[in-house]
Amino acid sequence: MTTVPLIETRQLTMNFGGVQAVQNVDFSVAEGELRCLIGPNGAGKSTFFKMLTGQLVPTAGEVRFRGRPISGRQPHEIARLGIGIKTQVPSVFDGLTAHENLWLAASRGKRGRAIDRAVDEAIERLMLRPIADRLVGQLAHGQRQWVELGLVLLTEPVVILLDEPAAGMTDDETTRTAELIHDINRTHALIVVEHDMAFIRKIARAITVFDRGKILVEGPAHRVLSDRRVRDVYLGKRAA
Amino acid sequence: MSVGRVVSYGVPAVIGLALLIGLPQLLDLFVLLQVTLYVVMAILALSLAFVWGYGGILCLGQSAFFGLGAYAYAITAFNIGESSLPVVIAILLPTLFAAALGYLMFYGRISEVYVGVITLTVTLILFNAVNSTASPEYRIGSALIGGYNGLPNVPSLNFPFDPDNTLQPDDVYMVAMATLLIVYFGIRWILRTRFGRVLVAIRENERRVEFIGFDARLHKLAAFALGAGIAGAAGCLFVNWGSYVSPTIFSMIQSAQIIIWVMVGGVGTLIGPILGAVALSWLTAEVGTQHVINADILFGGILIVFVLLVPRGLVPMLTEHVWSRVMQPRRKVAVAAKLAAPGGRA
Amino acid sequence: MAFASIVGLEVVYAVAMLILVSLGLAIVFGMMRVINLAHGEFMVMGGYAATLAVHHGINFWLAIIVVPPIIVGAIGVVIERTIIRFLYGRMFETMLATWGLSLFLVGLMTVIFGDDTEGVPMSLPGLHIGLYQESGYNLFVIGFSVFLVGAVYAFLRYTRLGLLARATMQNAPMAGALGTNTSGVYAATFALGAALAGLAGGIIAPIAGVVPTTGGSYIGQAFITVLGGGASALAGVVSAAILFGVVDQAATFATNAVFGEVALLLAAIVLIRLLPNGITGRFFRRSL
Repeated sequence: MTTVPLIETRQLTMNFGGVQAVQNVDFSVAEGELRCLIGPNGAGKSTFFKMLTGQLVPTAGEVRFRGRPISGRQPHEIARLGIGIKTQVPSVFDGLTAHENLWLAASRGKRGRAIDRAVDEAIERLMLRPIADRLVGQLAHGQRQWVELGLVLLTEPVVILLDEPAAGMTDDETTRTAELIHDINRTHALIVVEHDMAFIRKIARAITVFDRGKILVEGPAHRVLSDRRVRDVYLGKRAA
Repeated sequence: MSVGRVVSYGVPAVIGLALLIGLPQLLDLFVLLQVTLYVVMAILALSLAFVWGYGGILCLGQSAFFGLGAYAYAITAFNIGESSLPVVIAILLPTLFAAALGYLMFYGRISEVYVGVITLTVTLILFNAVNSTASPEYRIGSALIGGYNGLPNVPSLNFPFDPDNTLQPDDVYMVAMATLLIVYFGIRWILRTRFGRVLVAIRENERRVEFIGFDARLHKLAAFALGAGIAGAAGCLFVNWGSYVSPTIFSMIQSAQIIIWVMVGGVGTLIGPILGAVALSWLTAEVGTQHVINADILFGGILIVFVLLVPRGLVPMLTEHVWSRVMQPRRKVAVAAKLAAPGGRA
Repeated sequence: MAFASIVGLEVVYAVAMLILVSLGLAIVFGMMRVINLAHGEFMVMGGYAATLAVHHGINFWLAIIVVPPIIVGAIGVVIERTIIRFLYGRMFETMLATWGLSLFLVGLMTVIFGDDTEGVPMSLPGLHIGLYQESGYNLFVIGFSVFLVGAVYAFLRYTRLGLLARATMQNAPMAGALGTNTSGVYAATFALGAALAGLAGGIIAPIAGVVPTTGGSYIGQAFITVLGGGASALAGVVSAAILFGVVDQAATFATNAVFGEVALLLAAIVLIRLLPNGITGRFFRRSL
């Protein structure tokens, strides 16, 4: 018996002018998985990520969610299917309080008291109680990241796509974020695009390495991270 | 209900009702007529205050809906000879027109600034089109459109389904004032619903709203159409105020006036645009009778000065000033950024 | 046959007028991302400059082609320095400020010139095609528009200032790092746009007459053309003007001039629905 992958891409391709940012990528993630996407700058992982989330419509190929093609759908439709997105620069409502931010996310699928209950839970889980009534625009970068994570969790997605969740965080915040990611992975599948190798080592189980618009290697973290080709393209280039 | 909530709804309700009932007793007819006009303009200002200040939609052509409402009322009233249905049409036609226009703009995902240019262009072209319909071949049913001559002697409002019983000037005032109160509290109610909150969230960050799973396009379309309906109602009342309508209702200066009221009063507030509309309409009337300074120079100058120096408008500036001085001397109030947001994000 | 030629000429004339009316707006929008709502009033000022020049005995052609762009260009510099430069990068505020400026200028011109229509007398022989006659001035407008497009192209493509302007508009910080006086280039570009608006006003003055409030009747078409054209100022205006000129004339022939303009608006809205970034957002992307 074969199971349908949670997210699958077939021959996914994106051209910008004459540049092929992503070329014929076949990729799949199973239900409940935690997958990291890594690769040097310009490897095409951000473009790939944006096609998964519907922010970019692929030039060719398709993205499937539980077997249904989703490329070309509206972003809100993709969100309603159960794909949650956390962007690199926190995408939150700066002019609203943390509580109002979370309320909006919870109100999409819930009604009445259930909204308040879910918001309260999220505030506890993300330890946002002391800052719940402050405008998100006034919060520190790391706190904004967590508010955004709360927004995403409250829409009750099946899978969450995280774009560089540790970017710009302090060491303490990074450690907490890694713990959070494992915690979230108990109930949600996760796809994490990341740059920071220390962070990758903390969270990674399976890794897909992008290079020049294609998948270079894919497999368990320990094997991929010790792969010579990965060191060459990724670590080598970073050191250069 | 908290004390704050009671005060924030109760005070305007008491003032509004006092004005509604009191002014016809206190003022002579001429002044009451003037006040009626200011009230109509306040309703028009609220329509844009909602669309721009809360929906973040940069509509520069709100007068298109105002004018459509006015013409729709006038033409159907001439044809039907009774005002109940014309009132409905005066609200419905601009709403539907805005829905169609909004569909093309928001579902085409054109940028915010293009929305401004297109709404303005629609107004300009409506002006040019209606202006050049003076010859008798342009008629809808029994009503001549009249071109630049306009439509005089428009039948005034009557009590519903009772065509012989028309409203007197103080009745028209009460209808206008009641409409203003309904619109004001209606918008406040909408802003507390999920729809209203999502709308404000779209103003803050449209992409995140979509990532959460709300259809931003649909929300903007609904807000735009609702604002147009309110403007249409104001247009209907405007015709009744003067029993006359001409294409200048679509003119650049009329469109600009609405923007200026909202801008001067404060984008992102409701009371600011009401006060702005009343104060500046009064100023328009004064300038018109005194001939000291050209009205275009005055209002153009006001707009330039506010954009450059007071972009958030007077009400947010004053309330914040009072707030930070009196209530919490040391807290820095950052509501500023929030209130200035719709313009600032362009 | 003669009828067809006349109809063809009318269409070409409509296209030429759209180009003439839109070019200044397009340069300022395409290169500076500034939507100048006072564009129509810049044209009217050009019209008054031409009128005054003719009344002072200056040669007709000098009065409509040379005087207006110089005067309105100079006014453009003043306006850029006192208002526009504080608002760069804030498109919506710029629109509001230029709208205020538009009202202000209408008022000012009404105070100075009154609200009667001023005329510029002209005499050009007409051209006979069969039974029909085409105005000689219309032919001049067509020829001049072609010349103007060529001149602006050459300016942007081949002159040093044109290169600087293009560089600054594409990447202001980078151009600044290379030592370009970006603020000066912005001012010059805005002045160029103003001068082109003035020129359009000068050329239209003999046809339409000049009155302070007439700016509003041109800017609708100009906005539509510029938005429909998209980011590339020159290619956008030319392609959109051709499209909308044809639509306008077709609708005008089918019904009348009122609906010509309405059809123009509808065509523009449909176009923008299909191509949100205008024609040059999809086609001719690398053009000027």
